Amino acid sequence: MGSTTTLKNEPGAYCKPRKETIQFLLNYSKALEVKKLASGEYVEFIRN
Amino acid sequence: MDFSRASDSELITKYLSGSESALEFLIRKHQQRIYSYIIVRIQDEDLANDVFQDTFVKVINTLKRGKYNEEGKFLQWTMRIAHNLIIDHFRKAKRMPTMSPTDEFDIFNIIKDPSLNVEASIIKEQIEGDLYKLIEQLPEEQKEVLKLRHFSELSFKEIADQTDVSINTALGRMRYALINLRKLMEKNHVSLLQ
Repeated sequence: MGSTTTLKNEPGAYCKPRKETIQFLLNYSKALEVKKLASGEYVEFIRN
Repeated sequence: MDFSRASDSELITKYLSGSESALEFLIRKHQQRIYSYIIVRIQDEDLANDVFQDTFVKVINTLKRGKYNEEGKFLQWTMRIAHNLIIDHFRKAKRMPTMSPTDEFDIFNIIKDPSLNVEASIIKEQIEGDLYKLIEQLPEEQKEVLKLRHFSELSFKEIADQTDVSINTALGRMRYALINLRKLMEKNHVSLLQ
């Protein structure tokens, strides 16, 4: 049988982002505070 | 908490109610499809992680602003953000992706594989949808010429006859339609590149 390329064995298909990337996003989400000003504008704060 | 049966919309609702673990579940649920979409196009692990990160930073910002309104289409929406960031990356780098076949990787294997075209077709549908919305914003006369030329495939002579104008007028309307469409695409960050 010849080899076939499927989604399962395609390079990159089973790759996931690094753990640090996911962790950054989770930390970012926890630290991010969005406030809506009276003018209707949004201001983003990153809490320490 | 067990989120395994929760839909994307439910996860988003829980996240906006303060559940950070709902966001984590949402990211982990879709990480493979989104990251695969990015890495296949960018072919660089560091950059792919950056694009993945930027994609979800935009997702988080939008969700926290209460601006998300793509009910039931979270994956498509997120893939579209990733797609636009990939385009931005290549624009900034002023180059298009080049991939040379190796023993382990050959781009033609991807092109031939229908299962990998699922993401591409999602993006294509999104782009076409965006394009149609922009065309609808054109002035009526320009929109009419554009549709007759590209969707009905009429000649300019036929368009001129049908709309009761001269060929030069039909050509002029087409020219302005394309100029305006290009402006609308830039303004709305719509790119035809896939």
